Amino acid sequence: MIGLAYVLALSGILFAIAVAGVFLNRKNIIVLLMCIELMLLAVNFNFIAFSRFSGDISGQIFVFFIMTVAAAEVAIGLAILVVLFRERSSINVEDLDSLQG
Amino acid sequence: MFPTILFFVFSAVLVCAALGVILARNPVHAVLLLVLCFFNSAVIWLLLDAEFLGIVLVLVYVGAVMVLFLFVVMMLDVNVEEFRRSLAGYWPMAAAVAGFVAFAMINLIVIKHLGGVALKAAPALAAGYSNTRTLGTALFTRYAYPAQLAAVVLLVASVAAIVLTLRRRSGGKPQDIARQVAVRARDRVRIVKMASEKRT
Repeated sequence: MIGLAYVLALSGILFAIAVAGVFLNRKNIIVLLMCIELMLLAVNFNFIAFSRFSGDISGQIFVFFIMTVAAAEVAIGLAILVVLFRERSSINVEDLDSLQG
Repeated sequence: MFPTILFFVFSAVLVCAALGVILARNPVHAVLLLVLCFFNSAVIWLLLDAEFLGIVLVLVYVGAVMVLFLFVVMMLDVNVEEFRRSLAGYWPMAAAVAGFVAFAMINLIVIKHLGGVALKAAPALAAGYSNTRTLGTALFTRYAYPAQLAAVVLLVASVAAIVLTLRRRSGGKPQDIARQVAVRARDRVRIVKMASEKRT
């Protein structure tokens, strides 16, 4: 039987891996975006597990909206990335300092 | 018993693929491993009786979002080796933070707070339960306005993506439909009346 604790532990491990990814890849925006996707996936695991174990469908509705917002975020984020690369020929986070005085 | 074994197998693959995403040298490999992550998650969601969301994860995430990632990764053509070499020093901090997060989540929340409750199986579903029907009923009754809001968010996002990446090239020869429609015969053809001339 799949216990609630198993799913929550899996979700915690996934989230921790994503956090480590943000630290390890702190210069490459594409990999940062992918790590954010992983974090959202971990959160969705929690929602689905609690929804299943409490018998309430609202958690799955919430996952639905999270996926919508994540898709919108990726579309806009990648569009900004493309424009940025066209302007700077780089996606290094450290090159993005034009707002510094 | 069999679903539990499946759960552990797919969880193991999921964790390995997630590690691959953050450690891969080539971003294309990272994207493909993330696709593997999403497939495994979809299977686990199916095991948790969330069939509709499992399918949506494959269709929307793998079919649309990851393909978008792949396009952008291939379009940008970034030199990643250079990134990697400068990042070698960060791994102790990353490991420490990740370890702390995992410890906090698993120990404090799962073991201490939930205790023994957490290992029981989920309550049985009613006979004839349909996940898609239940989800759809909730989405279009209680959550009808949030659903419309989500539609607006998607519309704004698609318009924003197009507007951001739109580039007007100079020197192109695009059609201007309005000018084509508005053109009149006398703008193009000039009829000249003249006397005919004798053949010499």
